[in-house]
Amino acid sequence: MNYVLNDRESSKIIEFIKNFARKNSLWIAAYGTGCGAIEIPPTMTSRYDAERLSIRGAATPRQADVLLITGYLAVKTLKRVIRTYEQMQDPKYVIGFGSCTINGGMYWDSYNTIKQLGLYIPVDVYINGCMPRPEAVIAGFAKLQEMIGKGEANGWKHYKENLEWYRQNQQRLIKNWKMPDFNW
Amino acid sequence: MTFWQILGIALLTILIAFITGLFYMGIRRKVIARVQNRYGPPVYQNFLDVMKLWSKDSNIHHGIMQHLAPLWMISMSIATLLFVPIAYKSHFWTNFTFNGDLILLLYLMVFGSLGFALGVGQTGNPNSAIGVSRGLTQLVGYELPWVIALIAVMIQYKTTSLTDLVAFQQQHHTWIAFQQPFAFLAAFLLIPAMFHYSPYDVIVAPAELASGPISEFGGKYLGLMMSSSSIFMFAKLALFVDIFLGGAQNWLWMIIKTLTLYMWPVLWSAISPRYRTEQSIWSVWKWPLILSVLGLIIASV
Repeated sequence: MNYVLNDRESSKIIEFIKNFARKNSLWIAAYGTGCGAIEIPPTMTSRYDAERLSIRGAATPRQADVLLITGYLAVKTLKRVIRTYEQMQDPKYVIGFGSCTINGGMYWDSYNTIKQLGLYIPVDVYINGCMPRPEAVIAGFAKLQEMIGKGEANGWKHYKENLEWYRQNQQRLIKNWKMPDFNW
Repeated sequence: MTFWQILGIALLTILIAFITGLFYMGIRRKVIARVQNRYGPPVYQNFLDVMKLWSKDSNIHHGIMQHLAPLWMISMSIATLLFVPIAYKSHFWTNFTFNGDLILLLYLMVFGSLGFALGVGQTGNPNSAIGVSRGLTQLVGYELPWVIALIAVMIQYKTTSLTDLVAFQQQHHTWIAFQQPFAFLAAFLLIPAMFHYSPYDVIVAPAELASGPISEFGGKYLGLMMSSSSIFMFAKLALFVDIFLGGAQNWLWMIIKTLTLYMWPVLWSAISPRYRTEQSIWSVWKWPLILSVLGLIIASV
């Protein structure tokens, strides 16, 4: 039995089954502080019905698989995002939603918003647009599902391996750093 | 029967109840989606959800009781299922039924939530604490008319054995629902409360309590709880069918009857908003309690 489980081919099969389940059941924790959050209700409800594509909301970060950052992040909310992200259970994915998470968007010269989300938490998929329509959001989720199926959505591994680099970036912005250790 | 036969049949019962329960939950999601004019997820979506939860890699540690809570829940669900006879006059599908099983089941059905409440207390999440206090309040609410309705049935037929009740209904070609309509109506009105579906979903209330008691549980623990609730749901439906709706001769009839019965809380939840805590108490202490007490009086004279 041990031989079978440690065999390279059978672990590949197990990984394939796991990834199939992961990609077909995405529970999202929508971090809706930015203006993009207004596009989430039509995506989830009757008009576009993301649940038929196995995407549904989760009530808490502990239960969620995908962290959806909808739009700009103030420095103050970044702290909460980091904490939310670290409370989620592995494997976890992040979707950056809207131009603000890519290059600051219309807040490119603002003094209190972050410009690149990827510097602070690992982002698997970006959805550009200001703001992206529900079709674009669903396309972004489809891209994430494709990446999970191939085993390429490894942002959470990258975060663990490069935790010091991420911590440096985070602490450069957050001056009063009073946070629990990784994942409590 | 040998020990291995008994064990095999018990495991098979658990497996069938698990699969059926998950399909019922999938049907529920589909029905609610169609009521809301959506297409809805596929009926096998809950299998994928459970598989995904089981393939999560990490989990959190709050203390020993927190780790025991989901185990407590699933062991009590399985215990409840194994004391409910599935098929009439069958050596295999009656499992561990004995003469006093109705009284034992009244206790077993509560133990799961109580043990889970203990474990939730250790997570320290305020949402969970509120959810648990609401859940225990609601438990007091619906247990009272439920127990009185069952006692009415027990007094009327002078038995505490589920097998005897099923045998009576099968031999006389009738349902206790017609023989003892007041207890049946009381229990029927209690089903949405016992399933914690809307309008009685003030315990989990995703939008206000962040899913209440289970808010700190993720990954494999949540998978265990989903499996547990699917088994428990089937056990409760089978118990109801055995007591009031004539039992079943085989698995097919059991599935037909339970699925039909399950549509009542599902359709009611699809169109109902959420009760506040005191509303959910008073709604089960009003008509269900009056009806069950009426049934008790009729049964004892």
